[in-house]
Order: sequence, then structure tokens, then C-alpha cells
Amino acid sequence: MANIKLENINHSYSLKTENNSWAVKNINLEWADGGAYALLGPSGCGKTTLLNIISGLITPTQGVIKFNDLDISNKLTIERDIGQIFQFPVIYDTMTVYENLAFPLKNKKFEEGFIKKQVQKISEILDLGSILNNNAKNLTVDQKQKISLGRGLVRPKVNALLFDEPLTVIDPHLKWLLKSKLKELQKQFNTTMIYVTHDQTEALTFADKVVVMHEGEVVQSGTPTELFEKPNHLFVGHFIGSPGINILPCEIKENSAFFLDYEIKKNVNIKSIKDKNIKIGIRPEFIHFSEIGIPVDIISVRYLGKCKIVDVVIRNINLKLVLNDQTHVPEKKAHIKFSEKYTYLYSNNYLVN
Amino acid sequence: MNKVQNNKAWFFILPVIFLVAFNAVIPLMTVVNYAFQETFNNNIFTWQGTKWFENILRSERFYAAFGRQLLFTFIILLIQIPLGVFIALSMPKKGFGVSICLVLMSMPLLIPWNVVGAMWNIFALPRIGFLGHYLALLGFDYNFTQSIYAAWFTVILMDVWHWTSLVVLLCYAGLCAIPDPFYQAAKIDGASRWAVFKYIELPKMKKVLTIAILLRFMDSFMIYTEPFVLTGGGPGNATAFLSIDLVKMALGQFDLGNAAAMSLVYFLIVLLLSWIFYSVVMKGEDK
Amino acid sequence: MSLNLTNISKKNLFETHIYSSNLILEKNSINVLLGPTLSGKTTLMRLIAGLDEPSTGKIYFNEKDITKDKVQKRNVAMVYQQFINYPSLTVYENIASPLRVLKHEPDFIHQKVIEVASLLKLNNFLEKRPHQLSGGQQQRTALARALIKNADLILLDEPLANLDFKLREELREELPKIFTKRDCIVIYATTDPMDALLIGGNTIVINEGKIVQYGKTIDVYKNPSDLISAKVFNDPPLNVFESRIKNGIVNINNIEFHLSKSVSKNLSGNYKVCIRPHHLKNKKEEIDDVEIEGKVRICEINGSETLIHFDYNKLNYTSLINGIFNYSIQDTVKFYFKPSNCLIFNSNNKITV
Repeated sequence: MANIKLENINHSYSLKTENNSWAVKNINLEWADGGAYALLGPSGCGKTTLLNIISGLITPTQGVIKFNDLDISNKLTIERDIGQIFQFPVIYDTMTVYENLAFPLKNKKFEEGFIKKQVQKISEILDLGSILNNNAKNLTVDQKQKISLGRGLVRPKVNALLFDEPLTVIDPHLKWLLKSKLKELQKQFNTTMIYVTHDQTEALTFADKVVVMHEGEVVQSGTPTELFEKPNHLFVGHFIGSPGINILPCEIKENSAFFLDYEIKKNVNIKSIKDKNIKIGIRPEFIHFSEIGIPVDIISVRYLGKCKIVDVVIRNINLKLVLNDQTHVPEKKAHIKFSEKYTYLYSNNYLVN
Repeated sequence: MNKVQNNKAWFFILPVIFLVAFNAVIPLMTVVNYAFQETFNNNIFTWQGTKWFENILRSERFYAAFGRQLLFTFIILLIQIPLGVFIALSMPKKGFGVSICLVLMSMPLLIPWNVVGAMWNIFALPRIGFLGHYLALLGFDYNFTQSIYAAWFTVILMDVWHWTSLVVLLCYAGLCAIPDPFYQAAKIDGASRWAVFKYIELPKMKKVLTIAILLRFMDSFMIYTEPFVLTGGGPGNATAFLSIDLVKMALGQFDLGNAAAMSLVYFLIVLLLSWIFYSVVMKGEDK
Repeated sequence: MSLNLTNISKKNLFETHIYSSNLILEKNSINVLLGPTLSGKTTLMRLIAGLDEPSTGKIYFNEKDITKDKVQKRNVAMVYQQFINYPSLTVYENIASPLRVLKHEPDFIHQKVIEVASLLKLNNFLEKRPHQLSGGQQQRTALARALIKNADLILLDEPLANLDFKLREELREELPKIFTKRDCIVIYATTDPMDALLIGGNTIVINEGKIVQYGKTIDVYKNPSDLISAKVFNDPPLNVFESRIKNGIVNINNIEFHLSKSVSKNLSGNYKVCIRPHHLKNKKEEIDDVEIEGKVRICEINGSETLIHFDYNKLNYTSLINGIFNYSIQDTVKFYFKPSNCLIFNSNNKITV
């Protein structure tokens, strides 16, 4: 197990390194030993590139990777002692489940008795015990993905386990079960795990700390709660949370922030803000119906079981509210109120403190 | 009412039916016709039953040709398949080298068969041809028109030169279809180069490799033009493989009945061996 | 306009893919076909499209028997999980292609392409080729092609499965709006219950080749007729317990409680009692709430809510609570649920309460 440090990582797939050709740029991250981490972002944001840089499948154009403060930038994948699980399950067709799980250990020349013990242990944890002697080829996708995972876990000494969108091909119902299983394993084994995904629910529920990436750069890194309650960047607000943050026009008058004609935040320190491009960001979860407040027309109510999504409009500006399933939704017209604590101002997409 | 609609579909496969009929069924039936009857002229046929077959299956000549054929096929498969796989593995996966390799590889396949024979005939001429000259310089007593070993050596070398590319191209296509994560996972699992080949590349190439072996097996069993042009089956009968022997019998000796029976037996052997091979290889594939 | 499937089934020599089913779909309806992988969704869609012929039964469209009509005669459009477009044609030509086949006037085609493209926000990409587009845009192009020819039936087979979470969210919101404006029957196959809830309309629950339930999406969610529809429709997974009921008193795992008064007191026997995760709370709200003292197994925080897995008496429970609760593993926490929120299924998995 190891503490992982990335220093000034830049990578470009093309030989020319102009500004716009960086797949990832200016990456400085440190991950503590035994933590659960997630890299979250849309496709093409560089998250998989970063993962492959850690595992050594890609050598970065610039920068240093350290495991336990030891520079391993030039080490081969095998020497880095990591496990990686891919989007589509990778299994060795001609082998049985047992042989698949034993494969990494055999390559490392462990003795037969140890391999047997280790495979037995892992197969029990992953509920693969009953199919150990089956051919791995004809199994279901989730079982195959468990085998891929098992090949990572089986090794006695693993610096980190890396996951590259491992649940994409799994049905929603099984996805929940596997996700919880992963989280449990993480706590049980205390292995550093890095999980790459575009699915915010997967990232937030799995990780203790989530790194949000956008166009090759890290926009915010924090606990799920921090990212949810106080996004540093409008992209984080949009990308995390479903539906994402409401982005509204803002006017500043005499130390107060106004949405249309309604004052929504007092004591705003405007002197530091020279740029006029200021937006209000408020999560749908932090807007409520109230007796007085901003008058809106209700367009639609969508019932999602555990909650309701309400679409409202005021002067052609659409807002979304997320309410508890038992909350009463008024008909047609209503007043809404923002909770001031969670109403943030953004200047050029960045949070104004 | 519905029948009419369904019948329409038949029109679309009619061309194929005609094509198959013309190039497979009708010639085959002609051969069957000759195999059970005797004819001299004016298309007068007399029924002979299984006489020709009994003749063939008792003749030493047939077994000798069959033996030579099996040996030849065995040797070229033994060389071409591993060599083809090896070349395919060492070809580049991307970059401009790919197209160069592919063009180089397809070249031998584009040359007409009789030209291949003629080329090698000149190339290997004792003392005069390029190959013959240098082998003589190296001190080998090389003369493919006289020495049995030299003749076999030349025929096999020619076939390897001509057909290994086919195996290479098929294997290369199979290799290119393996997704990257398989290689990445193998790296992470610490697999050796040999393990990658054995557990990833070979299993994933299994289907194309089967096709390659079947094609090479059937093609080599039918080999005629190249050895005919090169050695004419000689010296003696040393390189008279089944087809060459068959043509000698049918056209040289005008022994149509025996030749027809022989070709049928021959056809059944190819079919049987291919089928056995295919079932053995595909056993254990998913249902 | 209506589509009527009567006693439709599909089988081959070895297995039955669709058991005899009846289904009536009304005009202008959006129908979500919800079921796990291999449940028969695609088979049913192929029968409806006319790509396959049913083994038994009839298909009527507007009262006319179309069972034997081939796909070309049925005026259907289909969109698949993979983004299927003509790679060598521009987006414009891709969208125009169905009308070109029908030999419409160029002016008419141009007008239609522009109309559909603006509906799907493709105006700026019309001159590009599919490989230059993002996954979301490629799937929009495929959708546009399906929409342009005014098909009577639009079949969508997991159209959003290959898209990023945020793109999926966006299209999920737009699709119902796009379809309500057209005169057609839409069938949308998916494995994801969130798709059904967000798209609304009707839901057909399918499992192992059988249509389990059909009705308005909210009704199916709120009143599942069958354990399978309850399970399929739960995200995260439903808590299901085997239990004994004696004269209206339920016993799960030594927790005893009365069912609500309205339920017959005579209910006795073996039943399956189900509690939705968001109905298991960590606060007592009413006097007759049932208490479970659980041991926390794992806590998953996703920003605004917490998913808690806990054990009580060897059974696993899952609870989804609004807000953030960072319980440690092995913590003892009291959870509560209302007897009226329990779903009770009999031994044939049919709803009882």
C-alpha cells in the first residue's frame, strides 16, 4: 500500500505540445495511503489518461509520480504493484475462474500453497467460491467483472487498485450491490483505491475524496459533502448533483446580491470583484416553497419516488427544485425562497468568497 | 396470401443457387457420372458399379500419391502456420509501417500460380538460377530436376514463399481485433510475453487460425499448377501429388473412370479431414 | 392510433423468449419497457418492429392485422444503444436519408431537416460527419433520423446507455418534450428505473419473457402488483424479508409489528415483507413507527443523502436518508419505519397489502 503523489503532470498524445493539445495538464495531487478516491468528469476530460499514468500504461510527457515519496516515474507497470479493473471485464478465456484468480500470483512466482490459500480467501469474499472450477468464458458480465476485481485483490502486496468505469456494463440493480461491495472491501482491506467514472452517484458514494476534472484540469477536489454543498466552480455545481446547480443572472447593488428584483444575499464583498460576469449558483435541493418570496409559475412536477423534481419559471428563467417525497407542491403559482447559506456567487465560473 | 410474399425472397438467392450449381454441383455430378460408368465415345455410357473405386483403393499408385500429399501438406502446415503467426506478431500495430507491411505481404498472393511456378523454375535452375547458383557456390549438389530431396526442398520453399502471407494476413486481422485493455490487464498481472501469447493472443486468434489452417490444408491438397510448372511431378513421381497424378491419369492416360473415382475419393478425404479438424478445434466453444 | 398485441409469444426449439402476452398501447403515448438484461425487451421490440415474426398471436395497428407485414411496410423508426449513423454522410445527409429514400422534394426535405435538427439542437453540426461529434451528438443525429419520417411507431432500445451521466440526464429531460409533440407511439426500452421515472408516461415491466405489469409509471412505482416490479423499480435495491404473519401481526426476524388497521386481521401465513430504502429513517416520526436497532456495515454519502447498510439479527438492511450521517462501521443506530409503508407479497410474489 502506498501514498501516491502526482507532481506537475502534463501529458499530450500528439508530439506537438501546444496549449490546446494537452490531454491532462498541471496535475498536482496527493492521495493518502488506504483512502478511497474518485476521479470524476465527462468523457474526454482526461480522467482515464491520468489513471493510466498512475499505472504506468502511459508515460506522461512531463511530471513525476511518487509512491511513498519514491519517484517511480520510470518504473514499469509490473514493478509498480498495482491492480487495474477496466470498463469491460478482462478475463483469460481459456482458464478456469481459479486459474484466472491465481494468474497474477503465478506470474510473481508465489508457491502453490500460498496461491491456493489466497485464491480461496478472495473467492469467498467475492462470492465466487461455488464457480471456482468453471470455465471463466461462459459467465455473466457481473461475475466476469468480479473476477477482474479479484485478480487485483488477490495479490498480498498491492500499492493501489485502479478502477476505470468498472460498472458501466452492469445492470442498475447489480450495480448498487457491487458498488456497496467495493466500498466494503475498501474499508476491510484498507487498500488505496482510485475510481474513475462519469457517474456522480458512483463517485460520491464510493469515495472519501472526489477529484472533479474538466478539460484536462482538476477543478475541485474535496469530500462529497464539500463538493455538494460548496462547489468551487460552476462546472462542479453542474456536474455533481442530479439535476445540477441552478445558474441564475445576478446583479450587485449596495453590498447585496439580487436575482431579478429580489435580494438573495446580503453583505457581499463586491469591492474585490471587478469583473461584471457574476452568476448566482443555488442547488435545487436548497430552494423551498414559502409563503413569501420570489413568485414563480410551476411548469411541471416529476415524481421520482424518494423525491420530486419541480420545474418553475419566472420571467423566462427556469429553475429546478428538488423536494422530499412528502412535501406538498402548490398548484400553478407559488413563492420560493433560497436558503442563503447555500446561495453562492460565481465570477467567471469561479466561486467568490 | 402470405406464401406469395415469402416466395419473393427466393428470387434474391436465385443467383447464388445458380452460381453454386454451376461451379460445384454440376461439375461434381459429372464426375460422379464418370465414376460409376464407362464411356468410350459418342457419349455411350455403361454402368460399372463400384469397379473404379475398387481399382483405385487397391492401387499402389494411389496410396503413394496420397502419402506424398499428406507428407507435403503436413510439412507446409508445420512451417507456414508458426511462421505466419510469428510474422503477424512482429508486424507493427499502427503507424505508416502497417501499410508497407501489408503491401509486402500481399504481393506473393497477387501473382498468378503458373507464374509462381515459372518464376521459381528460373530462380532455382541448377547453377544458372539465382538460388541454384549460390547453392552450388556453397557447395551443395543442388539439382531439383534430378535429386528427390532438392525437388521437395524447392517445392516446399516455393509454397512457403507463396502462401505464408495468407496466414500472416489472417492472423494479423485477428490480432488487431483484440481490445487494448487485454494487453493492459496482462501487464498489470505481470504476465510474460509468452503468457500474453498463450492466454490472450492465441485464444483470441483461435477462430482465424482455424480458418487459416483449413484454407491452407485444402489448398495444399489441391496443389497442382506450381509443382506442375516447376518439376512436372518429377523427378520420377517424387513430386507427383494427388492432383498431378490425377491429371496424368485423366488426360495423359485418358483413364476417365479411374480418374473420376479417384477424384471423388480425394474429395471425400479432404471433406472428412476438414470436418474432423474443425470439430476438434471448435469443441468446447460456447453453445 | 393504437397498437394491440394479442397473445404474442416468441420461442425457438430450445427456449421461450416471450411468453404469451397481451398489450394495448394508445396513441401519443410514451411507453417505457423496463426490465433487466436478457428479460426479453429487445425480442419484444423486434416483434413490434416486424424484424421477427411472433410464434403465436397477432399484432394489430389501428385495428388492422399487421402480424405478417415486414418491417418495411410498418412505418417504424428505431434507435439503438450503439450510435448508428452513416459514417460517410454529413449530419445533414444522415438526417435527410429516410426522406431521400422516400423520394421527397428537395425543398421539403431541407425544411424538415432544419426543423428536426433545431428540435434536437443539431443546427451547428449539420456539415460535420458523425465521427467528429461527441457521443451525445451522435445519438441526437440517430434520434433525428428516427423522428424525421413521421413514423407511427418509434422504438428506442436503451438509447442512452452508452452516454455519460450528464448527457443522459439532459436527453432524459428533452425526450418526453420532443415526443409529446408528435403523433406516434413511442416504446423506450431500458434497464434503468430512473429512465422510467424521469420520462414518465407508461411503464411496462418485463422479466424473463413475461410482462409483469403495465400502467402509468407513477402507479406502477407506487402500487407494484408483483415483487418483480417492486424490485425492478427500486434504486437503491428494495429490502425484502421472508416473514410470518399471524392475525395481522408481522414477524420479521423477531421484530414484531401490527399492520395498519385497514388491513384484514385475518392475514396469516408466510409472506415477503418489503420496505423501500427511503422509508427506513433514523428519526421516529409517529408513535407507531417500528424500531430496528441496527449495526452499521457501511455508509455511503453521496453529497446530499446517505445510504446506510446495516445488520440486525443476521439480516442486511439498506436505508437511504436525506442529509449526511457519517456513522462509523459497527456503530449502533436506531432506524424506524412505518407499517403502512410496507409492501407485502404472498408466496406467488403477488401484492397482498
